[in-house]
Amino acid sequence: MPSRIFVTGLGLISGLGNNVQDNLDSLINLRSAVGPVRYIETSLRDEIKVSEVPMTKAELLSFAGLAGRETYSRNSLLGIIAAREAFLHARLNGLPGLRTGLISGTTVGGMDECEKYYQDFLSNDSRNEFIEIYDCADSTEKIADCLGLNGFMTTISTACSSAANSILFAARMMKAGKLDCAVAGGTESLTQFHLNGFSALKILDKLPCRPFDATRNGINLGEGAAYLVLETAETNSRTGNKIICELTGYGNACEAYHQTASSPDGTGAYLAMKKALDMSGENPDNIGYINAHGTGTDNNDLSEGRAIETLFRGKVPYVSSTKPFTGHMTSAAGSAEAIISILALLNGIIWPNLNFSTPMPELSFKPVTELIKGADLNAVMTNSFGFGGNDTSLIFKKYGIY
Amino acid sequence: MTLPLFLKSMAYINGIGIISPQNTIPGSAFLEPVVEHSGEFLSAIEPLFKSYIDPVAARRMSRLIKMGISSAKICLRDAGISMPDAIITGTGLGSVEDTEKILAELTLDGRFLNPTPFIQSTYNTISSQIAISLKCHEYNSTYVHRCFSLESCLIDALLQIGEGSATNVLAGGIDEMTLNHLKIIRRLGIWKRKAVSNLDLWSCGIPGAIAGEGSAYFIISGENNAHTYASLEAVETLFKPGSPAQTAASLTSFLNDNNLSPENIDLVLMGNNGFEDHDRICDEVVDAALPGSSRILYKHLCGEYHTVSGFALFLAAGILKKQYIPASLKVYPAAGKKLENILIHNHYRNTDHSFILVKR
Repeated sequence: MPSRIFVTGLGLISGLGNNVQDNLDSLINLRSAVGPVRYIETSLRDEIKVSEVPMTKAELLSFAGLAGRETYSRNSLLGIIAAREAFLHARLNGLPGLRTGLISGTTVGGMDECEKYYQDFLSNDSRNEFIEIYDCADSTEKIADCLGLNGFMTTISTACSSAANSILFAARMMKAGKLDCAVAGGTESLTQFHLNGFSALKILDKLPCRPFDATRNGINLGEGAAYLVLETAETNSRTGNKIICELTGYGNACEAYHQTASSPDGTGAYLAMKKALDMSGENPDNIGYINAHGTGTDNNDLSEGRAIETLFRGKVPYVSSTKPFTGHMTSAAGSAEAIISILALLNGIIWPNLNFSTPMPELSFKPVTELIKGADLNAVMTNSFGFGGNDTSLIFKKYGIY
Repeated sequence: MTLPLFLKSMAYINGIGIISPQNTIPGSAFLEPVVEHSGEFLSAIEPLFKSYIDPVAARRMSRLIKMGISSAKICLRDAGISMPDAIITGTGLGSVEDTEKILAELTLDGRFLNPTPFIQSTYNTISSQIAISLKCHEYNSTYVHRCFSLESCLIDALLQIGEGSATNVLAGGIDEMTLNHLKIIRRLGIWKRKAVSNLDLWSCGIPGAIAGEGSAYFIISGENNAHTYASLEAVETLFKPGSPAQTAASLTSFLNDNNLSPENIDLVLMGNNGFEDHDRICDEVVDAALPGSSRILYKHLCGEYHTVSGFALFLAAGILKKQYIPASLKVYPAAGKKLENILIHNHYRNTDHSFILVKR
């Protein structure tokens, strides 16, 4: 019988706060982290809104306990902070013989340093120690070193679904008996590289983003990192860790439609959600809340909205996108929103889709616009869709409810 | 302490599509004649891309994407299938050419305006473009972890087979080199400082590795059929194993877990690349775990890059199927007549080590 996968640790840093509790407080108090650019140097400063972790690199280094270690990119530092919170939360340290994996998603990697020193790389030897830190594996290996992990590790990059695919792959490794537990999630810092890339694609909104709104006009980028600790049931009987919830379903599918646009009918989104739902064995009625990918682009929200309608056939559960709170954390979005969904599940709260005013004429449902307390939630779904049509959906269920 | 990771699913290599610095495109003999490169790095010999990609679509694609789609399609044809059940790509650096275009413009002008290089620099573009060209809606993923990139793909493919969620998985590794990137990484002291013929890699006396590139896709299948080259027995990765002695101990456990003793390994494809510090580790690991084994040096044919084990896996599969070792490979000491089990060892900076076991 395939093992059950339990969540026993959470770690999250975003514009909303430096740990899970601070993120929860901001969400409950409806404090959005999206605003004018404060930290990152960018020529787009006056043209965009972003969600930044409110610390300079020096402050982040100090917060991570790595003051002076300049070759730690912002990306690595965010990852270290969130992964360490999750790792300590689950008290995985100290149990001998546990095969602990580290699966991390990222895409721009250490580009924040590379873009500062690229001209030096080309012309002189002054910044050689930064040359190798721009790739994706660098942050994963630095997290491993900080946590003292030296078991299986890998890095996934499927753009904005990277962290969701990390959670999915960790669960598969555990079910196959290759790992006993894993730290899985993703990290992404803001960089000029992807701010300009999204700007060139003309999908950054100058105003706060408005997912599922008829007037939506694009994304606000955000940064941060989020990791979950996952354990098999057998491992959990050894660790004795408190079970936060269970990962009961996951699905990965590909749009195979266009490199940057999703299909109008949301084929990939539908298939990913359907696979996750089928695996979980849940009746669609049992999904009480969907934390949508909901980027606020014209394309995504129509495509995802239609896929949700098709799958849930007239009985669409509560839906919201929390990107107006956190900004779009790109490669970290999948695990950050997994945690935000788990916080909904644990606290019986539905997060509102901020900034919503005008329903989309194409959709029969509207997102939740007010914070709802006392919701009777058994299971929640969270969607992460990336460029290239890399779509992944995850389902978390309360532990002990059957 | 590192606990090894073992994978036991029965899986077969049923198709190969490889674009490399050697004659490996369809219609080539097995590494004959050997190709000499005298440039700064070993560049891949491209097939006619229009045989595999619609020319209109190809016009905007960068070279790496075209290499990826072409080798994927060659691989599918080789396996005699039209649609895989999963597409998984490993790449250490993705499209270096596109990343450089962006960085050059961004660091001089403070912004860039053309979205095409940005889209193509995103690592998952290769898997995604393969899916688009095949209209494949199945599982699709991309691993980007230095010399674990292809290894992670193979591990994922073995999981898919074991789960029963796929019969034919298209899994491959791809990386490219550019003169500009080489100029930057030469500052790290690993690479030869000037151009040397690849055929003189082991004898030229100039320290360092020669850079290379290539794309190698495989159909990893749960079914053994007329297309089968070999079986992919197991893949393991080790992070910072410490000393070569510890790596050797992990290799011994890896073999034990696959019910093999050192004398069962007929050939070892060595990770040596010409950089002395790197090569010493390769030698010490294999000397300790597999004393007296027959070894092959191959990186003079393809150069060094993050997903180079794709070239090694192509070699291992070909050698096992054809039961001969091409003359361009350096074997020492001579191998026995029967070739049953081949081990591939590789490492990156003594940080990321990998073992791949391939069986006839």
